[in-house]
Amino acid sequence: MTPLLQVRDLVVEFRFRRATIRAVDGLDLDLDASGTLGIVGESGSGKSMASLAIMRLLPQPAGRVAQGSIIFEGRDLLALKASAMPAIRGRDIAMIFQEPMSALNPVMRVGDQITEALHLHERIGSAQAHARVMEMLELVGIPAPAERAYAYSHQLSGGMRQRVMIAMALICRPKLLIADEPTTALDVTIQSQVLDLLKRLRRTLGTATLIISHDMGVIADVAERVVVMYGGRVMETADRATLFRDPRHPYTRGLLAAIPRLRDHRRRLHQIPGSVRPAGPPRPGCPFAPRCDLARPVCAEQDPPRIVLGEGHIAACWAVAEAVS
Amino acid sequence: MLRTIGQRLADSVPTLLLVVTLVFLALRLLPGDPALVALGENATPDQLDLFRHRMGLDIPLWRQYLVFLKDLATLNFGTSFMNQIPILDLLAASLPYTLALTAAATAVGVALGVPLGVLAATRRGRTADTVARLLALLGFTVPDFYLAALLLIWLALGWGWFPINGLGESLPDQLYHLVLPAVTLGVVKAAFISRLTRSALLDVLGRDYVRTAWAKGAQAGRVIYRHALRNALLPVATGLSVSILSTLSGSVAIELIFGRPGLGSLLIGAIETRDYPVIQADLVVFAVLVVAVNLAMDLLAVAIDPRLRT
Amino acid sequence: MTATAVLLRRPVGTLAAIVLVLLVLVAIFAPALSPYDPLTQSVMQANLAPSAAHWFGTDQFGRDVFSRVLTGTRSSLLLGTISPAIAAIAGCALGILGGYFGGVTDRVVGRAIDLLLCFPELLLGILVSAALGPGFWELVAALGLAFLPRFARIARASTLSVRREPYIEASLSVGCRHALVIWRHVLPNVSGPIMVVLTLWVATAIRLEATLSFLGLGTQAPAPSWGNIIRDGLNNLFGSPWPIISAGIAISVTVLAFNLFGDAVRDLLDVELDE
Ligand SMILES: Nc1ncnc2c1ncn2[C@@H]1O[C@H](COP(=O)(O)OP(=O)(O)OP(=O)(O)O)[C@@H](O)[C@H]1O
Ligand SMILES: [Mg+2]
Repeated sequence: MTPLLQVRDLVVEFRFRRATIRAVDGLDLDLDASGTLGIVGESGSGKSMASLAIMRLLPQPAGRVAQGSIIFEGRDLLALKASAMPAIRGRDIAMIFQEPMSALNPVMRVGDQITEALHLHERIGSAQAHARVMEMLELVGIPAPAERAYAYSHQLSGGMRQRVMIAMALICRPKLLIADEPTTALDVTIQSQVLDLLKRLRRTLGTATLIISHDMGVIADVAERVVVMYGGRVMETADRATLFRDPRHPYTRGLLAAIPRLRDHRRRLHQIPGSVRPAGPPRPGCPFAPRCDLARPVCAEQDPPRIVLGEGHIAACWAVAEAVS
Repeated sequence: MLRTIGQRLADSVPTLLLVVTLVFLALRLLPGDPALVALGENATPDQLDLFRHRMGLDIPLWRQYLVFLKDLATLNFGTSFMNQIPILDLLAASLPYTLALTAAATAVGVALGVPLGVLAATRRGRTADTVARLLALLGFTVPDFYLAALLLIWLALGWGWFPINGLGESLPDQLYHLVLPAVTLGVVKAAFISRLTRSALLDVLGRDYVRTAWAKGAQAGRVIYRHALRNALLPVATGLSVSILSTLSGSVAIELIFGRPGLGSLLIGAIETRDYPVIQADLVVFAVLVVAVNLAMDLLAVAIDPRLRT
Repeated sequence: MTATAVLLRRPVGTLAAIVLVLLVLVAIFAPALSPYDPLTQSVMQANLAPSAAHWFGTDQFGRDVFSRVLTGTRSSLLLGTISPAIAAIAGCALGILGGYFGGVTDRVVGRAIDLLLCFPELLLGILVSAALGPGFWELVAALGLAFLPRFARIARASTLSVRREPYIEASLSVGCRHALVIWRHVLPNVSGPIMVVLTLWVATAIRLEATLSFLGLGTQAPAPSWGNIIRDGLNNLFGSPWPIISAGIAISVTVLAFNLFGDAVRDLLDVELDE
């Protein structure tokens, strides 16, 4: 199977007059057509910047891709002219965002916003477009779609807004959907509804999905393969089953221990000590070292090696390297 | 939508009452004695008394106020001291010209200011931005009446491109006479509007829904004009009412320069001849226009932003 | 940071400050600097173009325009600084009163401010000078009243934000009088933002004074002011454009200098205002 998306050694930086901030540092991603890949990591680990880099929508003027390649269907998106991107965005790669409230245009009816997405990529009559939009709204589980299409975003609930966003993203049947924390801003019950919707749509439409979350539970629910990020770097990569059964990187273990479990509620929830260091200039060593229980002097000085632990299971850690050898 | 409009209309009634009351009180409670201001230092006590009686200034304030409101409600403004012409006629003869000038200047200001602001925001730091910045500096620095006088000297007097003053006869001629005054006020206004548009648009361009528009695959033009600008126009509409009002009052000086009739000319003439009832009536009309412009811009904001509708 | 470093980093603001100092000197020494008496008429010398003898030419009465413009600096600067200063003091008092005591007081003050803010400054200026008649202090009152609501609004907003600080309650609970609390805690917080906008409002006041004088409501003839020089010039358009041009340049340069200086002050104090 040819991979749909192949990101290699992606480096995203923000360049300011005095300083350079490296938000993503050497990210590799592989996603097959109709597969699901999850990126998990705490706030500030570079998840959003990585996904925006794929869309070539990094915050301007400071943000830029300093290095790496993003191969989508055999083409390097980074090598394309900027004018070629609008044809790809929305049609081949679509994206939904964390805040459905602010991500929808407040002065346009939501139906018009979805229709616009359709008209941007397909020559289609307005009656036909309308039918497609209604069909899509129904598909994402919006009751009375004909009425809701006339609403403005402030008249909808958070869950409805995110459904509208999903409808807008999928209306052109993209090959890849990037969902950047699609449920973070929603209530818990709505969260699971939206996640179920995403899973169902992936099954029915066959859209490959890159799902981003800081919530291991969400990732466990949706993703087949998982990339654990911290400080802009990949800490560990594995398929879902392996990652949850046999996490090797201390950071992954910390994240998993922090998931509340219904059954053993007596156990105290584990917390990773310290807090995330904001992205700064590129520096050597493991970014997690200051918070790591197993840190040793070398961790702060040299980049950890990538240890292959099995089929598609990689961890970048000195402690793991020692344990293996 | 209709309910919102009704609501806003109803809200502006007390404001209207307050602003005309403000004019009423200003002319009576400020230390200046209207009779003395009107008749000058040399007036005899008898003349002063007669004046006060004719103006109804010799009755208690609260009764004056009731009379004032009643006259206002019945559009009974009295007659001019100078020439005994009914003041309503004087106002009716002036108002259209002031409105035309203000409207034309606003059109020029918006037509010039909004595109310039968009260019300045989307080409930050480049030529368009610099031009907009310089224009803004010009607009904040050079008084409109000086700009008008300069244009008059160069374009009308020097090169003979435009008539020097007056109104013109036929409609095209009238429009021709309107060009210089409207451009003068419009350029000053454009300076303000372009700054406003620039900062509002810069703010909006960083919003999430603009990123969504890019993510859909929209081209730059569509993102800017269809998604960002409409949202940016909301603060612009609010600022526009300030701008229209300052044009309205600025038109006082411009009318004087180009020898045009209007509320401003009428007011200044009345102040010079101390025509007290005309002054009061003219100021009341200005006050009403202030409320009307604020209301209109409020409604424009409602039209732009569905969140403001109830 | 040394003084020179500050100056070098803000060349525009420094230049503006130099221009302002020169203007003040001109205003003070106007009589000594004027080559002619600004009021002396001379029919034989009417409507002269600029020359070595009359740098800015003469007007229709043969008065030396250069001398008139120099003298006009006085009323512009005097009115342009006194009126905003008075407006600032009165506006602060009003704004603090409303913001500090809240309740009905604040509702009245707030409503009054909103009401006055509806009116453009020029219209308020015209309104007041129409009621008061001509004269120096009348003009100060007219200009001052035009700016008062703007200062009051800023003062009220700053007061409201300090009022919520816990140390105000603490001071009151240990028995401090309101007057002392206002003096010690509120005033210092209000004066910062006011100082920042003050220079910018001076620029506007100077423009407004010129406009009112141009309309015949400000400085009264024959005393020269930039506004009424332009008004006189307008009646003499076919005679000579130079009075208009020179007085207008004087206004523009002064307003520009105050604007740029005000911007520099604002940047320097780095205060963010929602103006
Ligand atoms: N516009 C910007 N300018 C400078 N640095 C930025 C900018 N946007 C993001 N960053 C930096 O990039 C790093 C990665 O940010 P990113 O938004 O990708 O994190 P994230 O993993 O998506 O976190 P979250 O869970 O909060 O969304 C952060 O440390 C942040 O400080
Ligand atoms: Mg994010």
